[in-house]
Amino acid sequence: MREKILEVRDLAITFNTSAGKVRAVRGVDLDLHKGETVAIVGESGSGKSVTTKAIMGILSNNGAIDSGEIHYTFEHEGETVTENLLDFSKKQMRKTINGKHIAMIFQDPMTSLDPTMSIGNQIIEGMRTHYKTKKNEAQKKAVELLELVGITDPESRMKNYPHQLSGGMRQRIVIAIALACDPDVLICDEPTTALDVTIQAKILELIQDIQKKTGISVIYITHDLGVVAKVAEYVNVMYAGKIVEKGTVEDIFYDPKHPYTWGLLLAMPDLETNTDKLVSIPGNPPNMAHDIVGDPFYPRNTYALHIDKKVEPPLIEVSETHSAATWLLSEQGPEYSLPVELEDRITRMKEEAKLYAAG
Amino acid sequence: MKKYILKRVGMSVVTLLVIVLVLFVLMQLLPGSPFNDERLSIEQQQVLMSKYGLNDSAPVQFFRYVRNMLTGDFGKSYTISKDTDVALLLQNRLPTSLLLGGLSILLGSVAGLFLGVAAALKHNSLLDSAATFFSVIGVSIPSYVFALGLSYFFGFQLSWLPMLYNADDGLRAFALPAVALSMTVMATVARFTRTEMIEVLNSDYMQLVESKGVSGVHLIFKHALRNASISIITILGPLVVSLMTGSLVVEKIFSIPGIGQLMVQAIQSNDYNVILALAFVYSALYIFVMLAVDILYGVLDPRIRLAKEDAHG
Amino acid sequence: MDKPLNRPIQQTLNDFSFIGQDNVRVMDEVYEEDSFWKQLVKRIAKNKGSVFGFVTITLIIFMALVGPMISGYEFDEQIAGHESMAPRIPVMENFGIFDGSETLKTSTGELVVNKYETIEGGEDAYHWFGTDVLGRDLFTRTWVGTRISLYIALVAVIVDVFIGMSYGMISGYYGGKVDNAMQRSVEVLNGIPNLVVVTLLIIVLKPGLMSITLAIAITGWIGMSRVSRASMLKLKESEYVLAARTMGAKDMTIMYKEILPNIFSQLLIMSMFSIPNAIFTEAFLAFVGIGIPVPMASLGSLISENFKSLTTHFYMIVPPVLVLALLMLSFNLLADGLRDALDPTMKEV
Repeated sequence: MREKILEVRDLAITFNTSAGKVRAVRGVDLDLHKGETVAIVGESGSGKSVTTKAIMGILSNNGAIDSGEIHYTFEHEGETVTENLLDFSKKQMRKTINGKHIAMIFQDPMTSLDPTMSIGNQIIEGMRTHYKTKKNEAQKKAVELLELVGITDPESRMKNYPHQLSGGMRQRIVIAIALACDPDVLICDEPTTALDVTIQAKILELIQDIQKKTGISVIYITHDLGVVAKVAEYVNVMYAGKIVEKGTVEDIFYDPKHPYTWGLLLAMPDLETNTDKLVSIPGNPPNMAHDIVGDPFYPRNTYALHIDKKVEPPLIEVSETHSAATWLLSEQGPEYSLPVELEDRITRMKEEAKLYAAG
Repeated sequence: MKKYILKRVGMSVVTLLVIVLVLFVLMQLLPGSPFNDERLSIEQQQVLMSKYGLNDSAPVQFFRYVRNMLTGDFGKSYTISKDTDVALLLQNRLPTSLLLGGLSILLGSVAGLFLGVAAALKHNSLLDSAATFFSVIGVSIPSYVFALGLSYFFGFQLSWLPMLYNADDGLRAFALPAVALSMTVMATVARFTRTEMIEVLNSDYMQLVESKGVSGVHLIFKHALRNASISIITILGPLVVSLMTGSLVVEKIFSIPGIGQLMVQAIQSNDYNVILALAFVYSALYIFVMLAVDILYGVLDPRIRLAKEDAHG
Repeated sequence: MDKPLNRPIQQTLNDFSFIGQDNVRVMDEVYEEDSFWKQLVKRIAKNKGSVFGFVTITLIIFMALVGPMISGYEFDEQIAGHESMAPRIPVMENFGIFDGSETLKTSTGELVVNKYETIEGGEDAYHWFGTDVLGRDLFTRTWVGTRISLYIALVAVIVDVFIGMSYGMISGYYGGKVDNAMQRSVEVLNGIPNLVVVTLLIIVLKPGLMSITLAIAITGWIGMSRVSRASMLKLKESEYVLAARTMGAKDMTIMYKEILPNIFSQLLIMSMFSIPNAIFTEAFLAFVGIGIPVPMASLGSLISENFKSLTTHFYMIVPPVLVLALLMLSFNLLADGLRDALDPTMKEV
């Protein structure tokens, strides 16, 4: 039985900027079940990071939540409770949720550690704040955590400062910090984007390992479908502040329905495709400071319908797990076929998967 | 860290020596001698010149001066207080000025830090605008304008506090001048603290700290202010300079018997030994503060404290 | 949540047909860009503080140019009998303010006197800011003094541009030994408090406008040289400079044609910030007694002169203090506005 742990409904967030009001998130639904991994995929500015920051309660001061609910189910003093996190004050969030139940890993390990505090103190800080753990106990646990995230010679590393460590090591430290209070949910905001390719794979494996060992649920934010294929079970594709397609990894990779998802898949390099054959999606994401009329993706969409100019498509269900927000799926929608290159790509992916499963 | 400190100390000593040399050379260029008085006969002038060693060659005078300074002998005052050791003049006045300066720095920094942190925490609020407005005024308007205003309204019109310095008043005597001097300090510190704090509060690592569940006083002091303070202490140097200039005027306005007032007197009466000694004292004080700032900077910032000893050639 | 499907929409026949291939043009949004100066003016106009600063500076400049001419008095003219007269302004005198009367505190109590009524020909005399103890018109003197402060402001900018900027750019551009030597010298110079340099210099030279100018020239450029050096160090490694170099551009061309335009805003801000400092230096020197020689007037010397009458004739010190404070505040506000408009991340050094 899948146990729902986090349920986001109709979340909408606006930022007040000098360029006017920016509607960064425009009604997002998201579900996370215990022990599972959900990925949110999208270009920069699609609202994926903002969504998770709202879950963490760390939106910047000029951000306001217009509507929505974030229901979170957790153990509190021996009882299982479900609360709307948006009802919590900032202080309550820090005291009961942050670090203790939901932890986060950020994009750039070079800047996400406090440069003036030793690694050890940064790891034990969470335990000391939430559980008033004794210092030597917390330190013992910190050493274990450092071992868990694959840092050699953990005792001496405890005394190090961030500037003494490499980017990959720092990201491991950030993971150790996130795990310090045994959270139920780990939000990873592009945790490998700023790292070398060789280290990227190792960090991804590490997160998967930890998930196996601890049964933690993971929300994975990325713009890289390659990463999604590796780590996620469920995928949400975001565009211009909305989820435009959601489904299982198989749904998204083998049976994508939204032209934007097609674009993302075609832009993903694989071994067979020549890099010069990679297709990029033309144009740029819309300026979210303007009002959006119709489907925000239509100006970049070679499959755009006339209705896309007028009405934004709702999420239309394809199967129990799979839905996409495109008028192509509407009953009145026209006949269409996938781009040829994409058909090829999907066939190849399926074959690879078979090989992988057999091997 | 040892090497870092040694390097800084070395640099400071060199700077101080260069300053002494510059001071000395400048002195040689000074127009006329203090005994260029028509009432004195040439013989009398000669006697005086040789008495004070002013006929010796420049290098001899210079080395004598350096040697004397190391032993705390700054020569004798020519005009302000004839034949008194400059060291004695300083001895009486230095503590008063240091107390005034110390009070102003303390008062200004504490108030400034408080104001700056509050403004940064409530960024873009009314409090923030008020603090910003207040600090622009404080930074722009010279301390003696404050001194004049305070002295006129609180000292003269209302007679709440002494308008002129009197040692018997104790700390009360320092109230108005210290407040006047601390305005610039407070405004500068508040302004700088606000900018630094806003930057730190928006940094990635503060987001990570917050996402750990750390909040309140711990968040502000252990993380935000600690990181901001690395930059904030660097303004201490320029602040001390502005305090020194400010104190010259403020000591004159409140007639406080400190080194500022002495400097003004010495300048106006061409008392070279006193000017030279005071220039040295001011420079030494400034260099000492800069050195302290550099060392504090190293202590606060692990990137400097733990820099590999062999990292810099 | 709105359900677009349920909403009555104007259906047309081809709603659910493809727009076609030509839907997608490369339609990157093109933002219309104003010129540098137009943008600058637009952004500064949004900032109330800098608008205030700009207007005040313009007004003060105007008054400094025109004021001494319209007062009807010369700045060094000592009018016998007109000593220590309180401000009297036409029209406003009818409302009971600035009517030439002042309250004197004496041992027996307070006493209201109006010198305009007691002296000969006083009925028709108007001294808008009053007169000093020597009977000189303070309105004239204040604006003549303001000219000195404005001249100092100009000197500060020129020094910043010609010495500070060049020093920093050369030091940063050539790097290595040149940079090292130049920076060590700056460090030593910076180790001496300005107070000491300036006072010593003025004593060695004769007090006067020339020595004040020189004093500012010697001390005023260090901040600017730091900023321009730092920017130069950053920019000289950039691709476009490399490109210019590979095409055979000379050092001077690269420095002034390629790099200077790109660090211009920072330099502009920095020189704006150095103006109040320079104005203060002059006022400070005057107050200490080594400023402009008498009977010339500067804001600083006026404050210093009239300070002696602080408790007896308070009005004397108000105009120069007010103009000085407003001038420094305005330059700071304008500089702040410039920084916010051009380079919000820049820090003052």
